[in-house]
Amino acid sequence: MSLLSVRDLTVKFAMRDGNVTALNQVSFDLARGERLGIVGESGAGKSITGFSLMNLLSSPGYIADGTIQFQGQDIVNLPDAKMRNIRGNRMAMIFQDPMVTLNPVLTIGQQMVETLKAHRRLSKAEAEQIAIMKLRQVYIPSPEERLMQYPHELSGGMRQRIVIAIVLLLDPELIIADEPTTALDVTIQADIMELLLELCQSAKVGLILITHDLGVVSQMTDRTLVMYAGRIIEAGSTREIINDPQHPYTQGLINALPQQTAPGQRLKQIPGSMPSLTAVPKGCPFEPRCAFATDVCRSTPPEIVRHAHVEVACHEVNRLHAPQQEGQSA
Amino acid sequence: MTMSANETPLLELRKLEKRFELDQGFLETLKFRGGKFVREKRDVHAVNGVSLQVTRGEALCVVGESGCGKSTVARLIAGLLTPSSGEIHYEGTRIDDKSRHDLLPMRKKMQMIFQNPYASLNPRMTIKQALEEPVRYHNRALSRGDVEAKVADVMQSVGVDPSWMGRYPHEFSGGQRQRIAIARALTVDPEFIIADEPISALDVSIQAQVLNLMLEAKEQRGLTYLFITHDLSVVQHFGTRVAVLYLGSVCELSDTATLFENPKHPYTKALLSAVPQLKDDKPSHIRLKGEIPTPINLPQGCPFQSRCAHANARCMSETPRPLTQPDGSMVACHGVEEDRLLS
Amino acid sequence: MSILNTIPEPSRWSRIKKSKIGYSFRSNPVAVVSMCIFVCITIMALLAPLIAPFDPYDPAQIDIMNSEYPPVWIDGADPQFLFGTDDQGRDLWSTILYGTRLSLMIGLCAVTLQAVIGISIGLISGYVGGRLDSLLMRLADIQLSFSTLMVAIIFLAVAQAMFGSELFSRYAIYFLIAVIGVSEWPQYARTVRATVLAEKKKEYVDSARVLGFGPLRIMVRHILPNSLSPIFVISTVQVANAIISEASLSFLGLGMPPSQPSLGSLISSGFDYIFSGSWWITAIPGVVLVVLVLVINLLGDWLRDVLNPKLHKG
Repeated sequence: MSLLSVRDLTVKFAMRDGNVTALNQVSFDLARGERLGIVGESGAGKSITGFSLMNLLSSPGYIADGTIQFQGQDIVNLPDAKMRNIRGNRMAMIFQDPMVTLNPVLTIGQQMVETLKAHRRLSKAEAEQIAIMKLRQVYIPSPEERLMQYPHELSGGMRQRIVIAIVLLLDPELIIADEPTTALDVTIQADIMELLLELCQSAKVGLILITHDLGVVSQMTDRTLVMYAGRIIEAGSTREIINDPQHPYTQGLINALPQQTAPGQRLKQIPGSMPSLTAVPKGCPFEPRCAFATDVCRSTPPEIVRHAHVEVACHEVNRLHAPQQEGQSA
Repeated sequence: MTMSANETPLLELRKLEKRFELDQGFLETLKFRGGKFVREKRDVHAVNGVSLQVTRGEALCVVGESGCGKSTVARLIAGLLTPSSGEIHYEGTRIDDKSRHDLLPMRKKMQMIFQNPYASLNPRMTIKQALEEPVRYHNRALSRGDVEAKVADVMQSVGVDPSWMGRYPHEFSGGQRQRIAIARALTVDPEFIIADEPISALDVSIQAQVLNLMLEAKEQRGLTYLFITHDLSVVQHFGTRVAVLYLGSVCELSDTATLFENPKHPYTKALLSAVPQLKDDKPSHIRLKGEIPTPINLPQGCPFQSRCAHANARCMSETPRPLTQPDGSMVACHGVEEDRLLS
Repeated sequence: MSILNTIPEPSRWSRIKKSKIGYSFRSNPVAVVSMCIFVCITIMALLAPLIAPFDPYDPAQIDIMNSEYPPVWIDGADPQFLFGTDDQGRDLWSTILYGTRLSLMIGLCAVTLQAVIGISIGLISGYVGGRLDSLLMRLADIQLSFSTLMVAIIFLAVAQAMFGSELFSRYAIYFLIAVIGVSEWPQYARTVRATVLAEKKKEYVDSARVLGFGPLRIMVRHILPNSLSPIFVISTVQVANAIISEASLSFLGLGMPPSQPSLGSLISSGFDYIFSGSWWITAIPGVVLVVLVLVINLLGDWLRDVLNPKLHKG
C-alpha cells in the first residue's frame, strides 16, 4: 500500500466572477520513504497541491473533487479533530518562510515542548530531552542553549533547521516541504538540502519537495511531477525527466537554463508566460506557447499517458520526440 | 577582456566604503556599561574598501550571498547612497561628491534596473506616463510627437506592444513589467546599466526571456553592465568578468571562464560547489563552518577567516590584500598567496 | 506562490480596483444607506436658498410674535412652520437648512486647510527625514498635546476680545475655519509621513531618483499619488470631527453668531428654552447633527476597510 495516493484532485477557488480551477485532476502516488519533487512556475498549482494534502486550504479555495488517501484513509472529508491528529503527527509541512512555523514570542524550547505535548503524553523534562535530541539531529550546535532562545535571535538558516527539528519531533511519515530553501543563500541551501535528504533516507520518511528549481529536484528526489496551469503535464523518474524530458514545456524549462547554452549566446527561451488561472486555454494549457501545437492541441486537453519512461500529457509527443534530444548534455 | 593600461575605465571604484549607523538618535547611542553610561555607536560595515574597474563593453558580475554588500555597491554607484569614504569615478570624473544637479548629465549615461518588477514601476502611472516622463525630463526640447515616437520605439525593442501604453503596471505579468522597467531605463539612451538582481524575482522560463533581452540590448546599444546577482549559473552565462564579494570585500576578481574553471579563493570554491546541478556528476559540496557573521562586528583579519577550513594565525590577524595571480585573476587570500591550499 | 500571483496585484486607481470599490459599495447596505443620507443632506443644504420657505438671515421675514411654535405634529402648531420656530420666531426648518450648509462648509474648508498644511508637512518630513523630520514631528506632538478645543477656545476668545463682538461675528466663519484647520494638521502630517516612509523605500522611488528627478517632482508626482488612500480615509473622519468642533465652539458661544446660526449655535440657542417646553429648538438640529456626523463616520469606516491592503484577499 502506498503512503499517499491522490486521485483526480480538483481544487477550485470561489471568486466574485465564478469559480477558478486551480488544480485540475491531479493524480499521483507516493511510496513509503519515497522522495517526490513537484516542479513548476508560480501559479502552476504546486503550493496548492501541498496545502490540499495537508487539508489546509482556506476559503475561497476548496476541494471540488477527488480523493487523497493517506495510508488507505481518505483525508478529504475527515473531521477537523482527526485531521489535526494526522497533521503534524504523521504528516508535516515545512514552509518557505520559517517564521510561518515559528512563533516569534515563544522560545524554541517552549514551541517544541508544546508541539510534543499536544500529541504525546510526556512530562516537560521528557519533552525537552526529545527536543534536544532532534536539534542535535539537525546539527544545531549547543542545543540546550538554543531552547532558551527566541526565533529572532537566530539566522535564517538556523531557523529553517529548527523548523525541520520541530517537524521531526513527532516522527512523521510524510514531510511536505514547500520551497524550503528559496529564501536562503546557496551555501546554506546546500546544507539544508543535504540534511533533509539524510533524514529522509535514514528514517524512511516520505518527502514531497515543492520547488521551482530543477537543480534542487534533480539532487533530492526519486520521482518528479511537472505542473503547468494546475495540471500535471509530466511525471516520472527524476533522472529520466531531467535527462530526457518528453513534454515540450519540460524541455523548454530545462533548455532555458543558462547552463544549457554557451556563455554569451542567446538562451533558448519559451515565448510568452503561463496563462492566468482565470484564462486557461480550452485545449492544452501550454498550446499558446508551444512550437508544436496543432489543431488538436487547440481544441482538446491532452490526457496524461505513458510514453517512453514517463507519463506525459501531450498530443504531439510521438511526433516531436525523436529529433529534439541532441545537445542536451552540457 | 584585457584592458590596455592607458585606457580610462568606464567606471572605477577606489577603496569604496559604506557604513550604516545602527544607533541613530543620541539616546540610542547611550549604553550602560560597568556602572556608568558610555556613548557607543555601532555601525554596519556594508562595504569595506571595494576597488573595481569596469571597462567599456563588458558585463561585470558581482556575486555574493545576502548581506555581502553587493546591492549596497550598486546603490552607491547609482548615487542612491553616498559612500562613507572612497571615490567613484565615471570616465575619469569623480561623481560621488557631486550634487544632484551636477549629476543630471550623468543620469543619461548611467541607469539602473531593479530586482522587484512589482515595486519598480509607479502603480499610479500608466506605462505611457512612466516611459515618457524621463524622456521629457532629460530632453526638454523634444516635441510631443518625438517623445511618443521614442517611447514606442523603446517599447518595441523590449518586446512590449506599444498599443498597451495606456495600461497600468498591475495589468502586466512580472516578466512584462521587468521589460517595461528595462525600457524605462533605456529611454534616456544610457551607456552603462547597473542591474540589481534583475531576474531573481521572475519565473525560470521568464528569466531566460529577460536575460536574452539584456544580451540583445548589450549588442545593439553597446551597453556596459554591472550585474549584481546571487545566481552563479547566470553569472557564468552573462558575465565577462566576476567579482566575488564576501562581507563587503572583494575576495576574488577574475574572468568568468577562469573563475569557473579554476576558482582559487576558498569561499569561491565553496560557493561554486553549492550550486545544485542538473546532472548528478558533481562531487558533494564543500561544507562551510557556521554562517556569515553579522557585518556589525567584522572579524579581525581576513573576513572569511571564521568559516574557512584553511585559516591560520596570519589569517586571524592580517587582512589579505588582493594579489594578481598568474592567470590574471585577483585573489585576496593568504592561503593562495602562500600556496598552501592544495587539497 | 499561490493563486494570488496569477491575479494582478491590487493597485489602486485602476479599473479593476474601481470595480472592486464599486462592488464592495454595492454589497454593503450600510455604506449605501449612509451615502444616500449624506447626499440628501448635502444637496438640501446646498440648495437651502431654493428649498427653504423663509430666509433666516433676512430680519424682515422674522416676526418675534411667531416665536416658539412647536413642530406641526404637535398641538398648537402653525402649519406654515414645519419644524416649528425658535425663540426669535425664525422658521426652524429653514434655519436648519442654512445651518447645515454653514456647518458643512466650515467642515469641508477646515479639512481642506488641514489637508494642505498636513500633507505638505508630512511629505517634506517623511521624504527629507533627519533633523527636519524630528523638528516637524516634535512640533506636531506639541500641537497634539493640546486638545483642539482648548486651542480653539483660547484663540477664539482672544480674537473676540481683540476685535470686539461686532467684527468677530462678521468674520466668525473665517476664524472658525482657520482655527479648526490649523489645530488639526498633525493628524494629516503624521499619516502622510508614515505612508511616505513606507513608499520611499519602494523601488519606484529609487528608480525615479536614478533617472535624476528632483525631490519636489518625486514627492508630488510619485509618492503623493500612492499615499492617497489613507488621506481619503482620514479626510472623512476629519470632516466629521471638524463639524463637531464647529458645533461645540458655536455651542460655547465662540462660533457662529445667533444671527447666522450653524447647527451648533442653533442647538445652543435652544438650550435655554429646553425646560420651558420648547425642546424642539435644540433636539431637531441635534438629530440632524448626529445623523450627519454618523453617516460620514460610517462612510469613513467602509472606505477604510476597502482601501486597507491588508484586508484584500484574492
